[in-house]
Amino acid sequence: MKYLIALVLAFSLATSGPTHASDEQTDRPLRIGLTPTFPHDQYQPLEKWRLYMERKLKRRVEFVRRDRYIETMDLLRLKKLDFAWICDYPYVYFKKQVRLLAVPVHKGRPYYQSYLIVPATDTATASFAQLKGKVFAYTDPYSNTGYLTPRYQLQQAGEDPAHFFRKTFFAWSHRRVLEAVGTGLADGGAVSSHVYDTLSIGKPELTAAVRVIAKSQEYGFAPFVAQSSVNDDEFREMQKLMLDMQADEEGRELLRLLNLDGFIAGDAKLFERTERLIRAVGEK
Amino acid sequence: MNFLFNLSFRYKIPLWGSLLIVTATLAVSATLIAQSYDDLEKDLLGSSAGLGRTLARTLFSAMLQDEVWQAFQIIRAPLHGEAGDNPIRPEMILALDRNLQVFASSHPRAVPMLAELRSLGTDQRRLAERIAAHPEADAPILDLSGAQRIYVAIPIADEGARLGTLVIVHSKDVFLMRFGNVAWRSAGIGLLVLAVLLPINWYWGQHTAVPLVELAHSAHDVAHGKLRGPPRGTYAYQDELGQLFENFGLMVRSLREKAELEQEMIRSERLAAVGRLSAGLAHEINNPLGGMLVALDNFKHRAGNDERTLKTVAMIERGLAQIRDTVSAMMIEAKVKSRDFMPHDVEDVQLLLSGEAHKRSIVLRVEHNIEQPVALPATLVRQVLMNLLLNGLQAADPSGTVTCRLHFDKGRLTIDTENAGRSIPPEVLGHLFEPFATGNEAGHGLGLWVTYQIVSQLGGQIGAESADGITRFHVELPAGESA
Repeated sequence: MKYLIALVLAFSLATSGPTHASDEQTDRPLRIGLTPTFPHDQYQPLEKWRLYMERKLKRRVEFVRRDRYIETMDLLRLKKLDFAWICDYPYVYFKKQVRLLAVPVHKGRPYYQSYLIVPATDTATASFAQLKGKVFAYTDPYSNTGYLTPRYQLQQAGEDPAHFFRKTFFAWSHRRVLEAVGTGLADGGAVSSHVYDTLSIGKPELTAAVRVIAKSQEYGFAPFVAQSSVNDDEFREMQKLMLDMQADEEGRELLRLLNLDGFIAGDAKLFERTERLIRAVGEK
Repeated sequence: MNFLFNLSFRYKIPLWGSLLIVTATLAVSATLIAQSYDDLEKDLLGSSAGLGRTLARTLFSAMLQDEVWQAFQIIRAPLHGEAGDNPIRPEMILALDRNLQVFASSHPRAVPMLAELRSLGTDQRRLAERIAAHPEADAPILDLSGAQRIYVAIPIADEGARLGTLVIVHSKDVFLMRFGNVAWRSAGIGLLVLAVLLPINWYWGQHTAVPLVELAHSAHDVAHGKLRGPPRGTYAYQDELGQLFENFGLMVRSLREKAELEQEMIRSERLAAVGRLSAGLAHEINNPLGGMLVALDNFKHRAGNDERTLKTVAMIERGLAQIRDTVSAMMIEAKVKSRDFMPHDVEDVQLLLSGEAHKRSIVLRVEHNIEQPVALPATLVRQVLMNLLLNGLQAADPSGTVTCRLHFDKGRLTIDTENAGRSIPPEVLGHLFEPFATGNEAGHGLGLWVTYQIVSQLGGQIGAESADGITRFHVELPAGESA
């Protein structure tokens, strides 16, 4: 009897295969990758955002969180993601494989900076040069504000970033760099101004434990990108959703939670400075 | 020190008992406290080693990939939450690399990354040396008790490769505080035990000592001539002490009897000596006296004596007769030939004394079981009876009763007399059978002495007792060969 049921099941699955596949085409959830370029580990606000997207797009939406930028980039290139919120550095780096979808606006401008931080207890250090021979926490090797910028600054100052510090390590998110510096694990670190500002509202104890000693020049804000093979309809729908968020009450509430003013379509010019930086450091 | 040993048992027994109890309680408490210290330390080291092994396993991959942040999170995880007074909770955890440099520290401010373990302090230098002595992957878990902290070192190793060492640091303050609590509790129980046992011991010690002290006092009295046993019921149990009490009582009693016997012996010897002396004297006086009386008698019957002379001779004769009476009273001749004592002798004596009894309105009651002749000289037995009953009649209160019981059984005649009246004082009782001992004006003071001499010569015994207004005489006479 058991074998009979198994046989019938197998047969029905086999016959329904093609229709199932076509269902999947329309029912397929929209997969959106999230990186630590913003505080991506806050569950409640992001869940609200996902449900908002599902309602607007009238289809299922999945958020895929990865700590390391490169993992999200790999998923994009492997077409496992449709869209992703990534850092400006990997965007520029993998520009040919992705399409710019939207750029967040913070404090009225689509730019952000890198903050150089030291522990709040360290009242002596006033410049980057004083961190020579110390322990330094980077965010991610594909982070602009948390890796590329401090290395660029060292290079500009005539130092070799590979030997300037006694020891460096990756904490794999801006927030953890804040914690590492705040607890004294690292003597210094570099974080995104947006994450710093957002956490200073939500987790003031984290930002109170550190002191910003330098702010970098402005870079184009970490953008939302689409995977290259996403069709135009889906691209337009998604872009519309992002740009229209500030138009309705619920969208504005979500933007407030994300500590953003809204999104603009943006263009590659915004990231020219990042591109120059990459070239200067020689990482490309 | 001698002073302690010379103390009375009343204090010595409770004191020694207390000393033992205090010593035992202290020993038990100290053992408990030491045991709890060991247990606490063992618990601490055990849980620390368990925690360390778990952490070391996850740390291995973090260190292998040089993931400082991950290592930091791993070693900080056990330190989350309230510290409280949980002594198992580590104070700090360090992940060290192969060179004993800090790879990650749970408290980077106190112990920064890349710090050398040896440079952190004396304890840490000792620890570093011990870790360095066992660099292999399967090195044992080390523990070291420093001045203020306890360190547990666990190798961070996997598949035979050693990446470093995990050091778990425990504060001794929390540990000692917990131990202090346990120690206080043990000490409290010890004090409670003392509070219960010491009063019980004191009571029991006193209870045991009191009879001993009584016994010692009694023995002291006995040694100094006062034959007095411990009061009855001082110790009412049958253990060794109880037996000691019983035997001591027996000993005192037999000593008292022996002393009484000695007194009796002395008295009889004295009476015998007096008897021999007086009998001898009486003989010496009696012989010439007989001659003198015969001569006077001859002289009286001779003719030619005037009236005046005869008067004088009669006066001398009366004087000599009085001397003879007195002397003959002192001469007891037991060996005189006499018939056996007969039942009618009793009635004779009763009849002879009835006049005297009637005169003083005293009832004389005589009871006897004599139906056959008793092989004892009748004259002497009658004299004994007469003397004792006359004595009784004179000493009895007017209108009182004098009782006499004669009993013959198994060859022994016993005579008991009893009268109510003034008791004989003890000092007189001791010399009752000596001549002229009584203060009785009526007699010549020889009656009881003569009675005693007769009884002695017949091989019998006589005794007197007088107490509470009753005076008793008891005579026992062994019957001899029938006459």
